[in-house]
Formats: sequence, C-alpha cells, structure tokens
Amino acid sequence: MFETLRQSLKVGVVTTSYPDTPAEVSRRARGKPEIDWANWKDARPAVAVCPTGAIECRDEAGPPAATRTATLDLGKCIFCGLCADVDPAIRMTPQCELAARSRESLCHTARYQLNENGTHQHLLEASPAATSAEAITAVGQELQARIQSVLGRSLHIREVDAGSCNGCEVEIHGLNSPVYDLERFGIHFVASPRHADMLLVTGPVTRNMELALKKTYAATPDPRLVVAVGACGCSGGIFGVNYATCGAVDAVIPVDVYIPGCPPNPHALLHGILLAMGRLNRYSSDPTAEPKIAGSVSSQPGSAA
Amino acid sequence: MMNPSLEFALLANATSILWADVPAWPAAEFVRATATELNRGARLCAWFGVPEGSGTCLVAVLAFDADNTLAVGRSAPFTGSYPSLTVTHPQAHLFEREVWEQHGLTPEGHPWLKPVRRSNGNAPANGEFFRVEGGEVHEVAVGPVHAGIIEPGHFRFQCAGEEVLHLEIALGYQHRGVEEALTSGPHRATMSQMETVAGDTTIAHATAHATVMEALAGTEAPLRAQWLRAIALELERLANHTGDMGALAGDVAFLPTSSACGKIRGDFLNLTALICGNRFGRGLVRPGGCRHDLEPARAAQLIERLKTALADTEQAVAWFWDAASVRARFENVGIVFPAQAAEIGLVGPAARACGLVRDVRYDHPAGWHRFAQAPVAVWPSGDVFARARVRSLEIQRSGEYLREQLVAPADGDMRSELAPPAPETFAVALVEGWRGEVCHVALTDAAGRFRRYKIIDPSFHNWIGMTLALRGTAISDFPICNKSFSLSYCGFDL
Repeated sequence: MFETLRQSLKVGVVTTSYPDTPAEVSRRARGKPEIDWANWKDARPAVAVCPTGAIECRDEAGPPAATRTATLDLGKCIFCGLCADVDPAIRMTPQCELAARSRESLCHTARYQLNENGTHQHLLEASPAATSAEAITAVGQELQARIQSVLGRSLHIREVDAGSCNGCEVEIHGLNSPVYDLERFGIHFVASPRHADMLLVTGPVTRNMELALKKTYAATPDPRLVVAVGACGCSGGIFGVNYATCGAVDAVIPVDVYIPGCPPNPHALLHGILLAMGRLNRYSSDPTAEPKIAGSVSSQPGSAA
Repeated sequence: MMNPSLEFALLANATSILWADVPAWPAAEFVRATATELNRGARLCAWFGVPEGSGTCLVAVLAFDADNTLAVGRSAPFTGSYPSLTVTHPQAHLFEREVWEQHGLTPEGHPWLKPVRRSNGNAPANGEFFRVEGGEVHEVAVGPVHAGIIEPGHFRFQCAGEEVLHLEIALGYQHRGVEEALTSGPHRATMSQMETVAGDTTIAHATAHATVMEALAGTEAPLRAQWLRAIALELERLANHTGDMGALAGDVAFLPTSSACGKIRGDFLNLTALICGNRFGRGLVRPGGCRHDLEPARAAQLIERLKTALADTEQAVAWFWDAASVRARFENVGIVFPAQAAEIGLVGPAARACGLVRDVRYDHPAGWHRFAQAPVAVWPSGDVFARARVRSLEIQRSGEYLREQLVAPADGDMRSELAPPAPETFAVALVEGWRGEVCHVALTDAAGRFRRYKIIDPSFHNWIGMTLALRGTAISDFPICNKSFSLSYCGFDL
C-alpha cells in the first residue's frame, strides 16, 4: 500500500488547466471543417460525399439570376473529412469547442451566383455561424441569468443515453478522469434525474427510448437544463430519422445547448457544459483565442486529440 | 428430398462463395444437419433469415475453430415453423428469437420465445418476464435509464434476500435500424454507420465491413493497410481493456487504479488519433484499404508514447493485483463454468476467462494476423477475477504485439481501387474485437447490392453469460459482474 501511495504521489497532478488556458489539441485532430466561402467554386463534390448531409446546396433558377445556396451544418457534421478530401476549398481544423445555444447558430449559409456549367462564383451573401458568444433575445437573457444564478455554482448532471453508439459515453466518462476532473467546477454526475439540474442527452433518440427520455425529463426538477451531445444528439447524425429513430434530442424534449462532434472530445463537452451554466467567460481568460496546438512528442497528459 | 451426401460448404474467414454454391436442405433437415455439425464441435457464428419469394431461407454460419475454417449452409425457403435448434443447442436461443421477430418463422419447442428489440409504441416489446414465485422472493427492476453513464437496458432480478435466483435482461432500447439501413447498399452513409455499430468498437466493425466488401470484390486490401488495421485494432483493445480495469477498480472502491486507468485510457485513445485524427479511429478503415498512412516519423512517435502508456498501465494494474482486498472481492464471484460457456457459445475475453481457447486472431486469421499473431490469453476460473485477469494479460500481449509490429511495417500502398461487389455472392468476415468475435455477413443481389447484411456483435453471444454468472450471487455484486463482461447494448440492439 505504501508503494502504491509513493508511486501515486510521484505521478503528481495530471489535470488540465482548461478552460483557463486554451484546449490543447493535437495538430492532426479532425474538428470543425472550414470552408473558404469567398473562393468556393463548386459545392457539389462535397455535397456528393457528405455522409450526413451536413453540406448541402440548393439551386434556384431565378429570375433575376440563377443562384445557389450552400449550407454547412455543424450539428450534422461528423468531422469525417471526406469533403476536404475532394474539395481544396475545405480544410479540416482541430477546432472542437463548437457548442451553441441554438440549432440555427450551428448552420453557416452562403448564396452564390450560379454558372451555366454548374459551378458557382461571386459570393452574394454569407451568414457566418454564430459562435457561443451569440446574441440572444432580452427575455431569453433574463431567464438564462436566473437559471445560471440558481445552477451556476454547482451543477448535478444526469446522463441519458437515448440511443448513442457509446462513443459519446466514453468521452463523457473521460470528464470524470483526473485529466478533466469535472468535480473541480462543483459539477458531478448523479444517479437519478430527481437529483439533477441538467440532463446530458446523447442520441439519436430511438423510438424505443422516446418514452424513457420523456419520463426522465419529467422527473427532473425545474429549473433544468438539457444539453444535446454529439452529431446524433444535435441532428440525428449518421442515422437521421428512420422507422427506429426520432432523430435529434430536440425532436423529443426542449434543448438548451448543442454540443457538436462525433463524438465530441472531453474538451468540447466541458466547453458545452460550462456554456450552459454561463460560466465559460469567468473561466476563459481569452475566449476568442485559437486552440493551442500541442507539441508533437511531448504533448501534455491532458491533450485531447 | 434430402440429399444424404449434402454437406456444409467450407470457406475461410474473409472470403466469399456464390450463393448458388451454398447447399440448401428442407428446413427440418437443415436444423438436423446444423445440429450434427455443432455436435462435431462447430460453433454457431450466425443464424439468420434471407427472404426469398414468399418464404424465408434460414442461413447458418458455423466455425470449426480447431480446423481454422468456417462452414455455411441454408434451408430451402419456407414459411411457418421449424423444429427449434435451441432445444438441443442453447447457443441458438437468441438467434432463433431474432429470426422469429424479423421473419415470422416459429422455432417449435423454443423454451423462451419473445421479442428481441421490436418496438411496441415508444418502448421495446418486452413480453412477459420469467418470475420466481414464493413469499420470500422479491423482484428488482432496473432501467432502461441506469444510475451510471451507461447505455440503456432493462434488468429484472428475481431475488431471495440478497441472493439472485434469476436475472433476465431485456434490451432493444438502442435499436437504430442499422441492418435495415443497409438494404440495397452500400450507401453513402454505410461506412460511417458501420463505424458506429458499437462506437467503442469502431475499428473492429469497420474492418469487418471493409473485409466483407473486399471479399465481395474478390480481392483484399494492400498489405500495408492490413498492417495498419491490425495496429489500430490492438490500440482499440488497449484503450477499452484499460478503461474496464479502471472501472472494475472503481466498482470495488480501489481508487488509485481507477484514477490512473481513466487517464491512461485517454492516452491510448490519443494514440489512435495520432494515426487518423480521431480518438476512436473513425475515418481510418475504408473498403480497399485505409485512409491514412503512418509514416516512419509518426510511427516512432507512436512507439515512444505507447511505451510510456504501457508502463503506466503496468504499474496501475500491479497496484490492483497486489491488493488482497481487490482479489478477495473478485475471486469466486460471478462464475460461469467452462461447460456452460461452451454450451451458450460465449466469445471473447468472457470465453477465454472460462478456459476456452477461442480467439479469431488465432483460430481464423485474416489480414495481417496471417503473418503475425499474439498468444491467446486464457484463465480457467470463470469468475470476475478471471475476466479481469484475461484483460490484464491481453493488455500485456497487445502491447508486445504493437511493439513488434510497429517496427515491421509492410511496404506499398495504403489503398487500392475496389471492384464493385460480385452479384449473388455470400461473404463472411470475422474480426476479434476487444469484446470478442465481430461477425459481418453480406449477400448480394443480381446487381451486386446488399440483399441481406447481418451483423453479430460479440455482445449478442455474451449477454446470456452475464445472466448465468449472476445466479446464486449477491445482487450487490451485480456491478462488478456487469463490468467484468462490459457488453455493448447498441451492438446488440443494432
């Protein structure tokens, strides 16, 4: 036993300093795809390979002129990188902190003038996907402030797997490991929805879990937060809606925060949970900072790839 | 009429056979022929229906582990009922329930015929649960939403005091329609869906699917891709086994190992990400090869980081085995006897912990495992201790395997163009995932599209093992029994 203690002490602290310092992610990690909207010439190859329909385009004949509307939906994206393989205007970045308070703010849309040969040019208008610092209406803001004052200092989470592949659960487990150590924020996972302030829900919500999810939501006392986790939780992901699944979590219960990813790594999860609690700004010294790229060999113990 | 000389068609793992060459018996004869093969020592890998005309053919894929060969046979299409195989061979029990649910073929004499995962409104159609009557007997119902961060399922215990007399498990909550989505495939989303059949088993399921596609195309992936798949498969095993060792330690409140393994699991996941950019290996394996290469500089990095992670694991696991308090909690708890294990067809570490030498990498080597094998890790006692011990041995052997193979890559391309799947062809691929045998079977139609695609996750074989382990055990030992099997719900529910 003394040997165990001695060796444990020797290991020291392995906990990441995130979010006080930016997330350390490997240079090779595949996160958010970035599209060079201004110089994008043809959306069709990327649309053709995208397995979840995260990249879509719609052509309109006009008048006045033929246009194409192209959309990138991070809520559907599984970060597979197939689009970047076929389209030089798309680049995969390691950026993983993508949680947002609304489904719409995960979508980025651009409208182009359509050429006769099917390519497009001249960006007509673009709506950048809002970041986590998005504007919300005054009523929403007030309500949110109230919820945060009640729940912001300490939060009890009930995790509900409503149909996931267990990938999201593996990463959520990671939050409890000493590397992410969720308890340092006063957050912990509880065994019953009756003890919970937040439901962390993974999807796609299967028809067979629909009733159980609704009952779990009903059993959670007000005020409560719901966070949809992963591409499947945000949008139905790779399975979408079929005879066996209802798709996104918000098709079944109201959702406060969406965390994209397939699966979102523990940094992304932590970012989303803190966003829902309204504690992100208090902890991030510089929320607009680019994610720090970890060194290659000597990466820190906490580095999520 | 039965042809007396009719025999099962033999094929090797990761190969295909023309559907017309799969021998067909009348239904009752087919069940008898299958029983004969099982009596000769075969194991049931797959048993499923293929709709044909107005009826359904039953198909059996058997494994002769000692002969390193698979065998396949089928029945003529029929409707109605057939004599149940389960009566003489319990390993067929769940397969027959599934066929009954999917195709309406009734196994006459099946002792416990009820739905597997079908919906009834917005919950699974569970049917009646087995009940033990008596004044002292009480029933405990758990789930589908469990207390931990875990997938949903329903457990029904019949207890006398603390002692579990019987446990029945009802799953189906995670049913996402995976097999149904494959009809007339492969589709654009197919490969990504195969990576999420069981998200913690991405590499094994993706490799099985890619191998089936390659067998249907009459080819195999370039050697270098086979090498990288084997490496990714062992990294997946290391990450999950380490996570399970940590969880087992956590369940008996042995925190040093629990904490250390929680961190080291992340380190192993990061090694997979070093190869392909995703901690679970998503996007790595594709039909025809791999999408990412592992050039020497990165391989050297991988070896370096692997060395540290393995040393950390070794130490964390040694704390655990050195503690008498841990051993006392694991020994003689949740026992499955070897005869039971063989009878119900256990696979993977759960089977090896009952002393059965059963490992696809060794018994049915395909891909890189034809050239490089790791010794099979077995332990005889069948209890929680044995299941933990086998994992711990496999961590050592996977580590050793990786250290050897990482410095011995095959040269050449990572990916080759794949010909379209051959029409009316039947292909089988087995891969030893970290939970055990992952089995994918595909049958193509005249146009080379999937007419039927069957996936059998190891959990499909093993859940019944957990219920047997619980018999006579205190209900408070359920968590460590459950964790020692560490089975997939979504891989079962599909």
